[in-house]
Amino acid sequence: MMDPMLAEALQNMLDEYSAVTGRGVFDHLRQLAAPLRGARVLHVNSTREGGGVAEILQKLVPLKQALGVDARWEVISGESEFYQCTKGFHNALQGNRVPISEKQLRAYEVNNVRNAETLRSLLEEADFVFIHDPQPAPLLAQCPNRKGKWIWRCHIDASHPYRPVWRYLSKWVAPYDASIFSLPEFAQPLPHSQYIIPPSIDPLSEKNRDLSTEEVATVKQQFGIDPELPMVLQVSRYDRFKDPLGVIEAYQKASRVTPLQLVLAGGGASDDPEGEAVLREVQAAAKGDPNVHVLMLPSDAHRTINALQRGADIVMQKSIKEGFGLTVAEGMWKGKPVIGGDTGGIRLQVIDHYTGFLVKTPTGAALRIRYLLHRRDLLKEMGERAQRFVWENYLITRHLREYLTMMVALLYGSQERIEVGLE
Amino acid sequence: MNQHPSLATNAHPFAVRDCALISLATGVLAQNLREFRDGLLKVPAGCIYHHFWGRLLRPQFDEPEYNNDFASWAYWGLHDKPLAERLSMVLPSDYADLEDLRQEVVEVVEQRLDEMDTVPWAQVDQRFGFLQSQIVVFDTGMRFEQPLDLVPYVPGLSTGSIFYHFIDARRRTESHGDDFSSWLGTFGQEYAPLKKRLAGVDPYFSSLKEIRQIVTTIFQTFFEEKA
Repeated sequence: MMDPMLAEALQNMLDEYSAVTGRGVFDHLRQLAAPLRGARVLHVNSTREGGGVAEILQKLVPLKQALGVDARWEVISGESEFYQCTKGFHNALQGNRVPISEKQLRAYEVNNVRNAETLRSLLEEADFVFIHDPQPAPLLAQCPNRKGKWIWRCHIDASHPYRPVWRYLSKWVAPYDASIFSLPEFAQPLPHSQYIIPPSIDPLSEKNRDLSTEEVATVKQQFGIDPELPMVLQVSRYDRFKDPLGVIEAYQKASRVTPLQLVLAGGGASDDPEGEAVLREVQAAAKGDPNVHVLMLPSDAHRTINALQRGADIVMQKSIKEGFGLTVAEGMWKGKPVIGGDTGGIRLQVIDHYTGFLVKTPTGAALRIRYLLHRRDLLKEMGERAQRFVWENYLITRHLREYLTMMVALLYGSQERIEVGLE
Repeated sequence: MNQHPSLATNAHPFAVRDCALISLATGVLAQNLREFRDGLLKVPAGCIYHHFWGRLLRPQFDEPEYNNDFASWAYWGLHDKPLAERLSMVLPSDYADLEDLRQEVVEVVEQRLDEMDTVPWAQVDQRFGFLQSQIVVFDTGMRFEQPLDLVPYVPGLSTGSIFYHFIDARRRTESHGDDFSSWLGTFGQEYAPLKKRLAGVDPYFSSLKEIRQIVTTIFQTFFEEKA
């Protein structure tokens, strides 16, 4: 029996979401979740804060609870060598030739054995276990008495992984009951069902809820951003795959003919030891230009990021590799056109010439910056389309629906059509 | 929802169902048109369904230029406009089942291969990934005795319900029609004009929300004229 205060809080949360998505969405979700009432669902990842996975889980778990699913979220811990190894995995899955030493691999395995001991009863009793990304993948092998369905959720663009690393990781992942990839192109040959579920944004989070124009202006002032000068923004970790140096190059090319300022807003995740080196390179490239603002924000600066996105004229995500790129949907949700790298999940969100532009080079990005700042009418129109597109397709309620659908499907077997509770 | 009994002898209440769909990768990928043809021949029939219809329940921009995934890839992946146009004109409802539909798509692709001197290729990151889906169907509990009773509720039906009754029905039913029309048929000739208007809807270029609006307007207009 759920604590009445918790039940009330969850109901209030559902009411808040209904106000954004429409009540019908939750009627649909309640009916879909009916066969899963009381099911014990456990999500496991490696960081509570920082990065898209943690942000999604912060709301996905309570929403499942509100629909009657007994969901919880656990985080594995690790030492520096473990994170060095998993950062290497991350880069290798995205195609970088990253050598990973035997010592690091042992640290990875030992760390998972240790975490399995701590979480064993939860892992083995759960009806569904969602393991996010490679960090906790070996937990399954440590749970021979597991009862439920185990699903490996890969949030990374694994379309062209560095083969030796994928060969090693697939050994841990193959025994799962199913896996989830964000895009069909990311799926890898595995001996189980591979579901395709793009991620989503939470419209009520600090990062995405409405803000007053005063608050947006205050944040811009706080960072010395000129309120009169057009602003182009990229929000992302300082990571080579996000191409922050390419963004500066695009700004430099565009600003020769169009007055503008660039804001690069990044932060670190606790499982990303490489960020500082990239940040130093970015600071060096921006040095001496008062219209380039390189911000290092703490992982909980969600409201600040929200204000910066709302204060921008154009949002960029010029990644050269991207799993999904939640910052694209975030920018679009605030009614901004997005100039995005023509890669991975950005292609799902930026519909070229409709909700923004897909670009392949810094020069291409510079061209689109100039075009949009010159054609303000189109900038506004694209921004409006972008917002509607996210409302229809990339809110957390769609994500939740797909998780629930997959869980029902796993519960009832692998047939193509599953009929639940029909007369 | 009125509960008065139907006046028609064969009529039964219309039971509103809802559904949700989840996509699965098949692992079959095509980099060029020949691989695409080979993929078409070996994927499960559910893939053909998914790429013609399942796309409506997936995130997509609401002004698609081409109305099935095969045609879209022919244009965006292979940059082959004639093939995209031909694939777009393949109407699933013209074929008895998915195997016949698959055969027609294969025919169109083979014809194009015959016409070309070289096999068109997509860029490395523009491969076509064949998908299939699992569909979960559930009962909403809503029942309607008479077509007039349904009218105020159509605008509020979920997109899943619209998909199930207006799109998925074309695969499920012998007539390849929608469920609303099948139900109206059980009342004899009384609703034949309404059936005819529903049959005139081309669902290929619309989002589910747009289809819901079109169906709403058809029902409302019919009963306003009848009153």
